[in-house]
Amino acid sequence: MDDLAAIVFLTAAATLRTATPLILCAMGGLFSEKSGIVDVGLEGKMLMAAFFGASAAALTGSAWWGVAAAIGAAEIMALLHGFACITYRGNQVVSGVALNILAAGLTVVLGNAWFHQGGQTPPLEQAGSRMLPIFFPHAGDNILVYAALASVPFTWWLIARTRFGLRLRAVGEMPLAVDAAGVSVSWLRYRAVLLCGFFAGLAGAYLSIAQNAGFSRDMTAGQGFIALAAIIFGKWQPFPAFGACLIFGLLDAVAIRLQGVRVPGVGEVPVQFIQALPYLLTMFLLAGFIGRAVAPKAIGVPYEKEH
Amino acid sequence: MTAPPAIELSSIAKSFGAVRAVRGVSLRIESGTIAGIIGENGAGKSTLMSILFGLYHADGGEIHIGGVPVRMESPHDAIAHGIGMVHQHFMLIDSFTVLENLVLGVEGGFLLSDGMARTRAEVERLSGEYGLSVNLDARVSDLSVGEQQRVEILKVLLRGARILILDEPSAVLTPQETDRLFLVLAALRERGVTVILITHKLREIMAATDRVFVMRQGELVAERRTAETDPHELAELMVGRKVRLQIDKTPTHAGSVMLRAEHLRLVDGRGVPLLDDVDLELRAGEIVAIAGVAGNGQTELLQVLAGMRAPTSGSLTICERTFDAHRPGDPAGRRAIGLAHVPEDRLRQGLVAPFQAAETSILGYQDEPRFNPRYFLDRPAIARHCRDLMERFDVRPRLPRLRSSQFSGGNQQKLVLAREMAQEPRVLLVGQPTRGVDIGAIEFIHRELVKARDRGCAVLVVSVELDEVLSLADRVLVMFGGKIVGEVEPAGTDERRLGLMMAGASE
Repeated sequence: MDDLAAIVFLTAAATLRTATPLILCAMGGLFSEKSGIVDVGLEGKMLMAAFFGASAAALTGSAWWGVAAAIGAAEIMALLHGFACITYRGNQVVSGVALNILAAGLTVVLGNAWFHQGGQTPPLEQAGSRMLPIFFPHAGDNILVYAALASVPFTWWLIARTRFGLRLRAVGEMPLAVDAAGVSVSWLRYRAVLLCGFFAGLAGAYLSIAQNAGFSRDMTAGQGFIALAAIIFGKWQPFPAFGACLIFGLLDAVAIRLQGVRVPGVGEVPVQFIQALPYLLTMFLLAGFIGRAVAPKAIGVPYEKEH
Repeated sequence: MTAPPAIELSSIAKSFGAVRAVRGVSLRIESGTIAGIIGENGAGKSTLMSILFGLYHADGGEIHIGGVPVRMESPHDAIAHGIGMVHQHFMLIDSFTVLENLVLGVEGGFLLSDGMARTRAEVERLSGEYGLSVNLDARVSDLSVGEQQRVEILKVLLRGARILILDEPSAVLTPQETDRLFLVLAALRERGVTVILITHKLREIMAATDRVFVMRQGELVAERRTAETDPHELAELMVGRKVRLQIDKTPTHAGSVMLRAEHLRLVDGRGVPLLDDVDLELRAGEIVAIAGVAGNGQTELLQVLAGMRAPTSGSLTICERTFDAHRPGDPAGRRAIGLAHVPEDRLRQGLVAPFQAAETSILGYQDEPRFNPRYFLDRPAIARHCRDLMERFDVRPRLPRLRSSQFSGGNQQKLVLAREMAQEPRVLLVGQPTRGVDIGAIEFIHRELVKARDRGCAVLVVSVELDEVLSLADRVLVMFGGKIVGEVEPAGTDERRLGLMMAGASE
């Protein structure tokens, strides 16, 4: 009996651990997408944040400086995206992809130049340079996990119950109506993109200074895209998107537990198959299961003011 | 001492590149009146109002509101000066509730709840006062067009507007809804609101306004008290020459049946019937018009008849050929048997906007040997063909190499019509023949359609313009909810009865 409880507890903890960056990223992406700005660059923002977060934590010995640097790095990426998509009305997907490529290259180049460890940052071994578990030493329940949990109701509340949220939803559906109401479309979208940067920054910080003890190249491993899938799967709603993140997190946690386990009749399940599960599920769900996802109507369309 | 006018414009001018859209317009509109601004497409009336509303910046001139000079940098300024505009295309967010739409931009504090409650109370007061009832918790996508317009008006009033600009407000309304709108406008005038109505419908100017301003080619050419003018004078002022509002035509001599639809049904992907058991007969030498409020299946009917869409069930006989759900045919096949189609959506289906006029003039017929002798298009022959069509249908400018998008709506329509009618079809389908077309061209298009009929062509017209339907057609069918709900003789039909049928009220 105790065994079962322990397994359930550990699986739940593992689910939450792996879901945390997804949740933070998804909530960030939600703000951006609700405002009508597609964010394919979540992955890049998170990667950049992870790198700068780990670098700052290693240099200062303070996890909090790490978090601050991570957010700063993600915000700069967010501003670049905003500049390209809002001010210059560029293609949002192209800008997002460009940011991903930039992040993948820049983190490794800077990492090599600064630390000479093959693109990694020095391991965070000093006390205080990592976010540590708060209540359960083996569960990894650091403060960023709780932040991720709190971010969901916060996002819902902001979008559903506040003036900012109403305008945010409106600008993603019909920017012309927002403009006609005398509200600045650009400023609204910039704020959305900055909020997105903030959460993506937290997600990156979590990866390199909480879940792991340092940055390694490409450590985001597609989680930004999984978060994007979770947003779509959750039909651009905070709680359903949160649910999607948990499902993906659970699959990951189960995948780790299943490694080396012999399934009767099948034999040992190949690790690769299990690791591919979250991605297969995404495709499967998006292809047929959830029906038509209703995106904000003006998503991906730059707003051109008439003159 | 008299009160200053609500609006005074002096020498307003605005150019777009080389086009002088508004050329030094000065006008005064007294407070608490309903003013009408009429003019053909491109006469500058919408541009003038957009300047007043701060959407465009004037190149020169002054605006006085209530006697005070103001600068309009953006709609925000206009709203601050008590001006509100109801656009032709509603600026409502479909997925929002009515209340959310109303509250957007005037939320009050950071939390929505206070603003929502305040707005709800305010709207209840306003709707009582002006007869603008609407369900605040309904989603906009579930509202009828008339209700959506009421939401737009409420939105403007909530922002404290004392001057209300309505751009082509009745374009999408049934006659009953239009009457109701005019009652609301009259109630607004009673309470001192100044209303400006932009329209090209003379009847509405006569019915609703106190004064009327006529614009032509960017200039204000006349100002009249509505009580002292009549539609003929206004039409003449708009066009700059005498216009016949009535179409001369002889009684029809309908011949054999050229098109017959039996039990036509079309169901969309969600199982919603778009066409519901439609029976239809069209004879040689007659014009049959289909009246109805937009979105009641007329578009789909045209698409099925023209072979662009397959019916779900039912059959269709065109020029002795039978089509049904299994053999729906296609538009090219229809052309081959003598059916021509001028689609409703001219810009997306009638022509290719970036193509030259010459290319547009052969679309659908591009494989004919006279345009395409062997492997390559015979460009000189195509240009000659286009020039010939332009002569016959008075398309201006007569430049076959000009891009289709650079012609005005009326000239585009004439070009498409010319292309289809030049084939001397036996059956002609025309969707919204005069949408976005100015009065001079309307007259021309109507005459050409009557000529085609007199040559023995079977003509089917779908139009949301009641005047057009009644003056052009030999028989009128009314569509509502995908069904043909009635047939009327145009002569002596009373518009109210037609309006009730269009709104789905059974007799």
